[in-house]
Amino acid sequence: MSNVTSVLIVGVGGQGTLLASRLLGKTMMDLGYDVKVSEVHGMSQRGGSVETYVRYGDRVYSPVIDPGEADVVLAFEQLEAARFLPFLKKGGTVITNTQKIDPMPVVAGSAQYPEGLLEEIKAQGARVLAVDALSLAEQAGSVKAVNVVLIGAMAKTLGTEPDIWLKSIEATVPPKFVEMNKRAFELGYAAES
Amino acid sequence: MKELLLGNEAVARGLYEAGVRVVSSYPGTPSTEITEAAATHDEIFCEWAPNEKVAMEVASGASFGGARSFCGMKHVGLNVAADPLFTMSYIGVNAGMVIGVADDPGMHSSQNEQDSRNYAIAAKLPMLEPSDSSECRDFTKLAYRLSEQFDTPVLLRLSTRVSHSRSIVELEDREERPLLPYHKDPSKNVMLPVFATKKHAVVEKRTVALAEWAETAEINRVEDNGSDVGVIAAGSVYTYAREALGDTVSYLKLGMVNPLPERLIRDFASRVKKLYVIEELDDVLETFCRKIGVPVIGKDVFPRCGEFSQSVIRRCVLGEEPETMQVQQPIPGRPPVMCCGCPHRGVFYTLKKLGVYVSGDIGCYTLGATAPLSAMDASICMGASVSSLHGFNKAIGAEAEKKSVAVIGDSTFIHSGITGLIDIAYNKSNSVVMVLDNSITGMTGHQQNPTTGYTIKGDPTSAVNLEALCHAVGIARVRVVDPYNLKETEQAVREELEADGPSVIICRRPCALLKYVKHNPPLTIDRDRCIGCKRCLGIGCPAISIHGNKAEIDATQCVGCGVCEGLCPKQAIGAKEAAK
Repeated sequence: MSNVTSVLIVGVGGQGTLLASRLLGKTMMDLGYDVKVSEVHGMSQRGGSVETYVRYGDRVYSPVIDPGEADVVLAFEQLEAARFLPFLKKGGTVITNTQKIDPMPVVAGSAQYPEGLLEEIKAQGARVLAVDALSLAEQAGSVKAVNVVLIGAMAKTLGTEPDIWLKSIEATVPPKFVEMNKRAFELGYAAES
Repeated sequence: MKELLLGNEAVARGLYEAGVRVVSSYPGTPSTEITEAAATHDEIFCEWAPNEKVAMEVASGASFGGARSFCGMKHVGLNVAADPLFTMSYIGVNAGMVIGVADDPGMHSSQNEQDSRNYAIAAKLPMLEPSDSSECRDFTKLAYRLSEQFDTPVLLRLSTRVSHSRSIVELEDREERPLLPYHKDPSKNVMLPVFATKKHAVVEKRTVALAEWAETAEINRVEDNGSDVGVIAAGSVYTYAREALGDTVSYLKLGMVNPLPERLIRDFASRVKKLYVIEELDDVLETFCRKIGVPVIGKDVFPRCGEFSQSVIRRCVLGEEPETMQVQQPIPGRPPVMCCGCPHRGVFYTLKKLGVYVSGDIGCYTLGATAPLSAMDASICMGASVSSLHGFNKAIGAEAEKKSVAVIGDSTFIHSGITGLIDIAYNKSNSVVMVLDNSITGMTGHQQNPTTGYTIKGDPTSAVNLEALCHAVGIARVRVVDPYNLKETEQAVREELEADGPSVIICRRPCALLKYVKHNPPLTIDRDRCIGCKRCLGIGCPAISIHGNKAEIDATQCVGCGVCEGLCPKQAIGAKEAAK
């Protein structure tokens, strides 16, 4: 299905990847596309590696993204960007948060957190957009807005205009957090050049 | 209005639109959100039942009473509810009754990979299988019409991928359905042998009639692309096949997977030279095709294990492998872990330290089996920790009783642990059962249960008194400990293992993720005192790590539970003021 765009969103359970996939799905539906979103619930939420698939286009059949099929991998954490690189299509883009979260084998000292991952991903031929989403979220007013910063960067990469996203944010976020989240979105959107 | 709904939410929408009045379920991934979404509608009475068997019996009674009813469960829940399932097949319905069962190919969150279609065949019930959210809603509504037309409960088969994928659904209005009158009819509803003998014959005729309906049903459709190659598929597998093979093949897309349409399949087979049957898990469709003499390609090329996707089909049919990039360094795994502040952590740390046999159960605490806690010896199914511990102790005798415990969560204990405890009391084993009472059904995402004092809608209700319940079944020794207190927990386990007679230790502390649970300020490590002995790593807390030979606590994750404090030989862990 050549007219279908596939976005793989990955991170660590609890980071807010589901909000990103729902917002992307809703926005693309509002833009008139057929949409399928596949989420992970249950066991995998407990601090484990999580993945969510979003696919949109004229007609989407499978809700799944397989290795070699993602146009964009949006990673909330560096190690997860590297883990899911095999899912990226040749010539695709990895948008990654530069934040590092140690997984249990690293915490327990049985493994090392690999160094130079972003360089390695670039060397494989992927386009890489690294975003310091934690700093930008702080700048926007809350470290909790990391996911919205990353959504901003993704919105630009996918070639969409900010307006429809800002409307989705207004409709989704509690009123007192709307302005902060809009700032976070715009900082993320501007990070992609 | 269009909405992007989860498959499960779309089933709930179907329940609402079909005028369903009663829903009773037990939570289980991937089925849980059906009942949660149904509970948002005031028109539907919704409840969490103690287990799936109760849920199905509640739905049966509601159908007798004239209300359209539903019960939802995961695949292994249908094992628990199998008893009413088989006999409700004979009885049939008054108002329509639908049973939602969600399989988990790939075992994203389950202990086995059973294929529920076998239940439809064994219980002689019709089964529908939607492939996306729109079909989830439509098939749910159709299931009620079939249920009433053919006087049968109807199974709605879902899978993780369908339940937990979102796609677009055009919402429709609710159909208000008056309660159907109840007429006493023992020959229909009382399954004594004298009546059941007649009903069995009725069921056999019903299956023939349903198969005839399936021959021309719109949900069993042929997509003829003029190809020599045909594919028969259902559910999410159909979407994978469409993705992988596009318009290069013709399709027979089955919406009803039991009973199957013999003539439709024969006719489709006659139009193609090569016919694939693509199905996850068991060879149910394939076996039927072979039985009616239609040659197909099936499990000789497709796997029996695991979840499918478009790449599985490309590999098996076209021999294509995807081109991929990957980094050369090893990527450390990121397995799920117990959360920071999880009340189960101290229990498993203690049990590992004491080196006892741990009979485990189903819930978040099954993670007690993973490193570094590694404190679980067995885990079978809901409730089995208690009864299998009894068997273990009867096999080995007094020697085992001094060195073994069962661990079971509050919801699982009510589901089916209590019957095992009755066995322990009645048949006299000196077993120790630990009820890990975190005041919620945690694993499936915080559902209320009979011990929490709240209903699915959040209304206050009676709460099972676990201490009184254990006493009432004949357990004299019942004590309560705080699992954050390692000393108290260890002392309780030691004493109860030594004691004569069976005992229950209730480890009571609410799940740290519950909104009402207040967290303490994060703890810190005094780097001057820390000697890098790594003893604090033994509890497997994701907030503690070692950097530069000294322990560190991640302040953004730590909830100040204090379990790690007691492990430090140098008292280097403490609240911020103490560390300075």
